[in-house]
Amino acid sequence: MTTLHDAPVPAAPPSAGPRVPLGGLLLSEWTKIRTVRSTVWSLIAFAVVTIGASTLIASLIAANWNSPGNDAAHTLTTDPTSLVFGPGFFLGQLALGVLGVIVVSGEYSTGAIRSSLLAVPGRLPMLAAKIIVFALLEIVISAVMIFVVFFITTSIFSSHVSITISQPGMVGACIGAIFYLTVVGLFAMSVGGLIRHTAGAIATVVGIILVVPSLIGLIPGTVAQHISAYFFTNAGVLVAQTHQQPGDLLSPWQGLGVFVLEVAILLAAGAWLLKRRDA
Amino acid sequence: MLCTVTETTGLIDVRGLSKRYGDKVAVNDLSFTVEPGRVTGFLGPNGAGKSTTMRMIVGLDHPSSGSATIDGVPYAQLRKPLTVVGALLEAKALHPGRSARNHLLYLAQTQGLPARRCDEVLDLVGLSAVAGKRAKGFSLGMTQRLGIAAAMLGNPRVLMLDEPVNGLDPEGIRWVRTFMRQLAAEGRTVLVSSHLMSEMAQTADHLVVIGRGHLIANCSTQEFIARSSERSVLVRSPDARLRDLLAAEGAQVAAEPDGGLGVSGLEAPQIGELAARAGVVLHELTPRLASLEEAFMELTADSVEYGQRAGTAPGAVPPGATPPGGPGYAAAGGGFPGNGAAGHGAPPSTSPQTTGVPSGTGRSGS
Repeated sequence: MTTLHDAPVPAAPPSAGPRVPLGGLLLSEWTKIRTVRSTVWSLIAFAVVTIGASTLIASLIAANWNSPGNDAAHTLTTDPTSLVFGPGFFLGQLALGVLGVIVVSGEYSTGAIRSSLLAVPGRLPMLAAKIIVFALLEIVISAVMIFVVFFITTSIFSSHVSITISQPGMVGACIGAIFYLTVVGLFAMSVGGLIRHTAGAIATVVGIILVVPSLIGLIPGTVAQHISAYFFTNAGVLVAQTHQQPGDLLSPWQGLGVFVLEVAILLAAGAWLLKRRDA
Repeated sequence: MLCTVTETTGLIDVRGLSKRYGDKVAVNDLSFTVEPGRVTGFLGPNGAGKSTTMRMIVGLDHPSSGSATIDGVPYAQLRKPLTVVGALLEAKALHPGRSARNHLLYLAQTQGLPARRCDEVLDLVGLSAVAGKRAKGFSLGMTQRLGIAAAMLGNPRVLMLDEPVNGLDPEGIRWVRTFMRQLAAEGRTVLVSSHLMSEMAQTADHLVVIGRGHLIANCSTQEFIARSSERSVLVRSPDARLRDLLAAEGAQVAAEPDGGLGVSGLEAPQIGELAARAGVVLHELTPRLASLEEAFMELTADSVEYGQRAGTAPGAVPPGATPPGGPGYAAAGGGFPGNGAAGHGAPPSTSPQTTGVPSGTGRSGS
């Protein structure tokens, strides 16, 4: 501690030299995500809830296969993914939602955002890097979980009905499910950026995913039917089906497109506020 | 020569900077420059607009009007800002669940700085021993040191520190003071804010004083004190006639609690000559300046945002207060024990007092 620093006082003009490449920002966002415990806990919760719920529901269906009123045999031929990974990810997605919120709101609630913005005063490159890193993390985690859950539940159902990855539409549904889960996380992230308070943002995300669709479903009439079909996760989740179900207003990939568009609008609004607001 | 590289100096230039929140004006048309090679104190009462101004310089807050540049470039347009400006704006600008080193690591990565630079700055501030510990358990002093480490990460030419000694123990205060002087001596620009005049008197060469968002003074520390000090003379005499003599000459005379007389309106030589002519014996004749704290209070009295507007009570002037830099200047009114004229010794090495076991105060993390 005899010298203040090893390097001499720099003399280069401040605006000279290359900008920080995006790689540095991506690395930085990855460091941010992996060095807080909430990330680890959220991902553990995602895995435990998804695997647990999938196993439980599949086991109960298999155990009651011949009970009256169990139409699982029919469902597994017309819409297999709704039972193969539907139940597990219906609950598990909330953990991704929580993580998506925390990734953004955690910076605001702790004040770390000000350190971050001093380093990236342009602000938007930081947001872009955050979206890319979080999306990549989600794709990897979701892909692993889809693989694991698919293996578990199809094994449980195997004594009654054979479901394989090679049957029509199944690969697309699995890939679609990965995208859906990823966009759910980005949706939560956009809400976190707009609301900036962890509790409020999580409540909003859970409400929009679980509560509001049920409420819209109670409203009679075709207008409500359309609102329901185009509503965030209602639209997005269609992509996890092997093929369009009778009565669906949107095809699977149309549904994902609608969801992506809605999330993109929210992210853009968040970006606009990030650029404009005092930190 | 085909081209010349313009030598940059690290000049902070604030021009007509204003910040309004609705009807409330936090910073009003502030203009000043901060020169390299010296410590510039940014002084003002709480709520004067110091933090807002500093936050506008680094682009965290958007000015309502005016501009702030570093070597002519707005902060937001700097390509690798941390390598040009290091700022400690608030100690809590970090995630309490992240370790000290990881906090620095993610900042370093945004600038393309090598990871070893994090260890260097941790060593610099004496936090190496707790590099892997989560910031949640840090005392305020340790958190401040981590903030300074973050500011030094990019080896910047310009340092901006907002109330850096807040929460530090005397040793830490001395360390920060020494550190700032050393940075200035290396030719860097150092802008440091404080609401304590006494703290600035020991550190700053130059002062920018604001109150209620307005510029009050922008001059050398010496000049500021000289300009704003109210001179008076302490006289002590066993002869009761002195008081009437002085009053007859038009001086204001106030009895001091210890029996002396505080005289204003006459200089010490005049008082001495007056006493000699009347044959009055003097036991003491001491010219004195108002303390720095009082000079500051006097100048900013009209601009204090909160609290009482009154100046200091008469007779509160500590005897023998002298301008800064003078021998024996003791932190007048600042209340920092043991760091008066102790000077700028070597920075303390890692000490258990400041870097040891995290304090159990448990500042909440979420």
